[in-house]
Amino acid sequence: MNFNRISALMMRHLYLYQRSLPRLMDLFFWPILEILVWGFLSVYLEKMNLGGLNIVSLLLGAIIFWDLLSQSQKAVSFAFMEEVWEKNFLNIFVTPLKVSEFLFSTFFLGLIRIVLVGIILGLFSFLLYHFNIFQFGLYTVPFIINLLLFGWTLGIFTTAIIFRFGSSAQIFAYSLIFLIQPFSAVFYPISALPQALQFVAYLFPSSYVFEGMRAIIHNGVFPLNYFLLSLGLNLVYMAVIFFFFYKAFYWVRVHGRLMKIEG
Amino acid sequence: MPIVEVKNLVKKFGDTTAVDNLTFEIEEGKITGLLGPNGAGKTTTIQMLLDLIIPTSGSIRIFGKEMKNSREEILSKINFSSPYVSLPTNLKVWENLTTFARLYGVKNIEKKIDELTTFFDIKDFLPKMTSALSTGQLTRLNLTKALLNDPALLFLDEPTASLDPDIADRTRQLLKRIQKERNVTILYTTHNMAEVEEICDRAIFIHHGKMKDDGAPADLIKKYGREDLNDVFLMIARGEAENVKS
Repeated sequence: MNFNRISALMMRHLYLYQRSLPRLMDLFFWPILEILVWGFLSVYLEKMNLGGLNIVSLLLGAIIFWDLLSQSQKAVSFAFMEEVWEKNFLNIFVTPLKVSEFLFSTFFLGLIRIVLVGIILGLFSFLLYHFNIFQFGLYTVPFIINLLLFGWTLGIFTTAIIFRFGSSAQIFAYSLIFLIQPFSAVFYPISALPQALQFVAYLFPSSYVFEGMRAIIHNGVFPLNYFLLSLGLNLVYMAVIFFFFYKAFYWVRVHGRLMKIEG
Repeated sequence: MPIVEVKNLVKKFGDTTAVDNLTFEIEEGKITGLLGPNGAGKTTTIQMLLDLIIPTSGSIRIFGKEMKNSREEILSKINFSSPYVSLPTNLKVWENLTTFARLYGVKNIEKKIDELTTFFDIKDFLPKMTSALSTGQLTRLNLTKALLNDPALLFLDEPTASLDPDIADRTRQLLKRIQKERNVTILYTTHNMAEVEEICDRAIFIHHGKMKDDGAPADLIKKYGREDLNDVFLMIARGEAENVKS
């Protein structure tokens, strides 16, 4: 693994952020808008005094965590799509760059994105709604790491799909995360889902993160079992998705399709 | 010693054989033209040499090593340029060059970029967006990128296509200068046979993925009894060269 090459690819994407309004909006504006909407809703529901539930913490915590997962997935998918749109695969893959280095550069881009978005959203939710995402101290960090890993896995999955099935599959880069959301128990506990869907929810590492977040809010105790289940599932999925990605990458090279993936 | 050794190379896409049992070697410090009509298998061959396409069978050795065992080492000493493969247009020129210099592990990046952009007369464009460059400027930028790592082997895919005669001539002079001053081995594809006569030491003709002939341009013209390489190309492309004795 060559970190100079990884950072070169990261910089190639970070250069774009300096002058791209849509990219900056994606990073800051839309997440802030979401905080505003969900914050107003939280305040309204809190005024209704629903059985002593800490609505602001539950909803704002959920939306911030959800945005972190979404940012991690977008970092991978959009870094890949950027190379598709710019037809840059030939240029980068005739360098000594390894596929693993390409993937790790997207992981670190995801890390940068979630740190930035986390700080901004944490700041806004504290200033506007007095909600402190770090009120539970370092307990939140292991869960954020799990969201980063799951987002990365989802991102690699979408890129493998695009490699394998061509650019017409790029809709996955935008929509996959929304397919995951209903089963991730973001705003409600897994028990609120119908029995059959609960089994589906248990398959997603994100479900345990949101269940864990609620457990911390209710009890103030770090639910180690949720963390370990989430991490375990993440590691299994990452191994499977890496294998799938390498197979997809091999397939495009066998079929001479690397240069034919277009945006 | 040959820098590139291609032996019995075959590439099939389903029922279509794009490259059919191709065998050739490329000598160090020479400019070799890889020629043939559209669909002859030139691009597929080059992409296999660059490890972008996996061959169906056969072997490729570059610098005496197999790509699958020494990919990183081989690719660090190779580069590629094509007017059909642009660098990202939404980056500034210096951003593109810095990115690729780092991907190739160039040591003194600023000095190297300064040296090459001066050589290609595009230093003033460094702060500009790549999208703002003209076709000729983009070609020179691509060539600058292609020389960042001081490659021992350079693949050039129609480097003068879509250039006006003046810029095309300057590009050829630059390539000759690069080859002479830096002893770079160049594999060159083009449809401009006059260009091949002017700068190539050797021409390899392929058609339907098969090797049709191989030799110095002047020798091939003599062998086929033609006035120029363009006529040789036409004979080979139209299948009229089958009866010519080797």
